[in-house]
Amino acid sequence: MIWQFDIIILIFLVITAVISLRVKDLLAASMVFGTYSFLICLLWAGMGAVDVAFTEATVGAGISAVILIATVYNTRRDSSD
Amino acid sequence: MSEITSQYLIDHFNFWVAVVLMMIGLYAMITKNNLIKKLIGMSIFQTAIILFYVSAGVKEGATIPILEHHVAETEQVEAGEHAEGHSTTKASSSHEVHAINPDDYSNPLPHVLMLTAIVVGVATLGVALAVSQVIYKNYGTLEEDEILAKIKAAENDG
Repeated sequence: MIWQFDIIILIFLVITAVISLRVKDLLAASMVFGTYSFLICLLWAGMGAVDVAFTEATVGAGISAVILIATVYNTRRDSSD
Repeated sequence: MSEITSQYLIDHFNFWVAVVLMMIGLYAMITKNNLIKKLIGMSIFQTAIILFYVSAGVKEGATIPILEHHVAETEQVEAGEHAEGHSTTKASSSHEVHAINPDDYSNPLPHVLMLTAIVVGVATLGVALAVSQVIYKNYGTLEEDEILAKIKAAENDG
């Protein structure tokens, strides 16, 4: 794959992972985790793993984000850490 | 020389980032107090393992693992070389176009294994979030220390 693209996505991956674990708002954490899943889906499409990429796009960025938001909706939005 | 050095760094950069993401996920699972944050850390840990395996299947200059047979291209090559009259090079080049070289395709085995891991990971996340909702219904909080304090208080009362 194009190595510049690879490095940019990997750096953004680490940034989004840290942000989703540091924000105190759980809804924001869920949305940033959805962004993380979409970025890693782009990375797999670039590395030639297209089957893994579209499974991650539907299941990781889609279903995971939706069930996280549903849980936050049914419980509390704020977190202590 | 510089291309070889940068290529070496790039090949190993994926593994470095996989290790960093794995440590971020492990740190979150151990130290975070909120159950939802712990689950997000677990998902990041799982993605890091999948990144490691898929990176191991990447080949230099390879494309996606879907076979192509180039039939139309072979006929064009033969027709073009008939017109120019090079009959000896025609046979060898058409054979080369038809041959399937495994080095042209990335290794699909890690992809298929990791496809299963993604689906299992989402099922785990779904069950864990359902259990968290039940915990919230019973204890009124998602913070680990408050839940432990309430369990201890209930034990002392009983």
